[in-house]
Amino acid sequence: MKGLSRDRLWSIAVLLPSVVLLAVFVYGFIARTVYVSMTDWGNDPAQALAVNPIIRWVGFANYQELFTGFLQGRFRQELVSTIFFTLFFILGCLALGLGLALVLDRNPRGEGLWRTIFLFPMSLSFIVTGTIWRWMLQPQGGVNQFPQALGLPAGNFSWLSSTEGIWKFDWNALPLITASVVGLVLILLAVRAARAGDRTRAIVSGVCAALLLGWALLVGPNVRLLPAPELHGFNLALIGIIIAAVWQMSGYTMALYLAGLRGIPEELREAAKVDGASDFGMYRHVIFPLLAPITLSAMIILGHISLKIFDLVYAMAGPDNTYTSVPALNMYLTSFRQNQFALGAAIGTILLILVAFVIVPYLSSSFRSEEGHA
Amino acid sequence: MTTTVPATKAAPTPTSGKLGLRRVGLYVLLVIAALFFLLPIYLLIATALKSPDAINLATTWQWPRALNWASFADAWGKIGGNMLNSLFLAVVATILSALLGSLNGYALSKWRFRGANTLFALMLFGMFIPYQAVLIPLFQFVKSLGLYGSIWGLILAHVVYGLPITTLIFRNYYAEVPDALVEAATIDGAGFWSIYRQVIFPLSVPGFVVVIIWEFTQVWNEFLFAATLTNTSSQPVTYALSQLAGGQAVSWNLPMAGAILAALPTLLVYILLGRFFVRGLLAGSVKG
Repeated sequence: MKGLSRDRLWSIAVLLPSVVLLAVFVYGFIARTVYVSMTDWGNDPAQALAVNPIIRWVGFANYQELFTGFLQGRFRQELVSTIFFTLFFILGCLALGLGLALVLDRNPRGEGLWRTIFLFPMSLSFIVTGTIWRWMLQPQGGVNQFPQALGLPAGNFSWLSSTEGIWKFDWNALPLITASVVGLVLILLAVRAARAGDRTRAIVSGVCAALLLGWALLVGPNVRLLPAPELHGFNLALIGIIIAAVWQMSGYTMALYLAGLRGIPEELREAAKVDGASDFGMYRHVIFPLLAPITLSAMIILGHISLKIFDLVYAMAGPDNTYTSVPALNMYLTSFRQNQFALGAAIGTILLILVAFVIVPYLSSSFRSEEGHA
Repeated sequence: MTTTVPATKAAPTPTSGKLGLRRVGLYVLLVIAALFFLLPIYLLIATALKSPDAINLATTWQWPRALNWASFADAWGKIGGNMLNSLFLAVVATILSALLGSLNGYALSKWRFRGANTLFALMLFGMFIPYQAVLIPLFQFVKSLGLYGSIWGLILAHVVYGLPITTLIFRNYYAEVPDALVEAATIDGAGFWSIYRQVIFPLSVPGFVVVIIWEFTQVWNEFLFAATLTNTSSQPVTYALSQLAGGQAVSWNLPMAGAILAALPTLLVYILLGRFFVRGLLAGSVKG
């Protein structure tokens, strides 16, 4: 099969429509969104829905507005919320999924039935899940009645309507915090590179870390994004939504881990037993290291789902609850309820950048290794 | 798609008396976990079967004294039309994207060319992007085609954005079909299309089952496109349900019955064909 045979032309002809469609619908539309995010389309309500709206180029003004504008506090809280949400959602799914997979790996009776029970929420939509859990988490009902089963007074946590937050920090300190975190990571990289004997890399990361930390110490404290302090933290009303999300998605991690556990050759376990490893020792030294790549893929898949999540929030807490809102929801409301298309496009672009941080390294490493094999 | 959950386990561990206590502990854990997963469903069914005046927060967990099936008729009256919209949408979009995915997967795995993997990775990216990042141009585009508010605009969006995953699943599935089969057919003088029709397509049934189940579930459950590209007459069931449950003064039997109706098709698919559903699930974690 050499050269451009007729078959080869057919294979290209077959792929072409999909490639063109995806080029337009993914890359073309992304480019268009980025362009729109740098205009003022919709910032003047009168122009938003005009047939031929007057659209002006404004550069990064929309982004600046989102991060430092007086009116966009909601967006900044959402950015913080989505980070906390992602963190706890991933931790919850990994812990519960791994636990369930380990239990099922012990071959309990009726394994298929248990698996079916743990996985079924995956087949529901976030809207259905959200509708059910909204009722579960009503202030005086549902989950708050659980303590009564043990003779205790009913709980009174306001699951979806709490306005309390914890771990608050001043938004003005964000550049400082970012610089410090990145600086510390760079120091870590420098130390690792030095240990591995890679001097150039050690020096480069070391110098970058020093510059960043120097900036953080000397200049950072004087940077003010906002005229007044603005506190953002982890809003407690999100806990209920995180629980519902874990309920729906932990079966997925269970399936991943179970496939991984079943893929471990029986000989490996036998060998570990022969070497005198206890059950615990076998998990610690043989099984868990083998599950590490699965944990990484699960984190990436769950991470990108949670950064994009908004239908669950929409169904559980409603679109107007600012204490539970997330950027993905805000984008929809800003663009299609308020018709502020430029601002919505900017939020969409920020979401894309967040997701790309998670997905691009994963995809490129996935396919680089495969291309090596081929 | 080398990773699948085997339906049956390997040799069961022998249960001796000493292990008895640990086995009991195992089942206790399983029952607690099952309660976490099933209690919401109990509440869902119990509430859907209550009459509106029997629903109050204090007796949330009680099974209804008298079953009120009328909730389902009411809910059907409110969202039945949307269920039919969803059904049409999901069936058409699923068939189209499965067919395209199958051809793409065949071309990508059996007629490899330089840069095929890079092209494929670029296609896959479309599966992971937040659709918020393409929503405004998509909305404009569908509107300019005159398809805003019609189910066909929604079908277009689902077919296009479904292409990456259907291509992925078929590509990984066809990778397991031995190349020797294709080569033998070429020597016999078969070309691109006759190999597809006579060799690949007949082998594809399990692949199609996985893709159809996965895609049907995804399209049925989707919300963002549904909320953006349709209007009242063409809205799918997820959007209708969110409106049904959104009001504060609503009596809860209605949204609960609606949630059961909206969940039933995908739930049935999962219960009847769960094995294939899980395979699609695992295929979504990319590794070929």
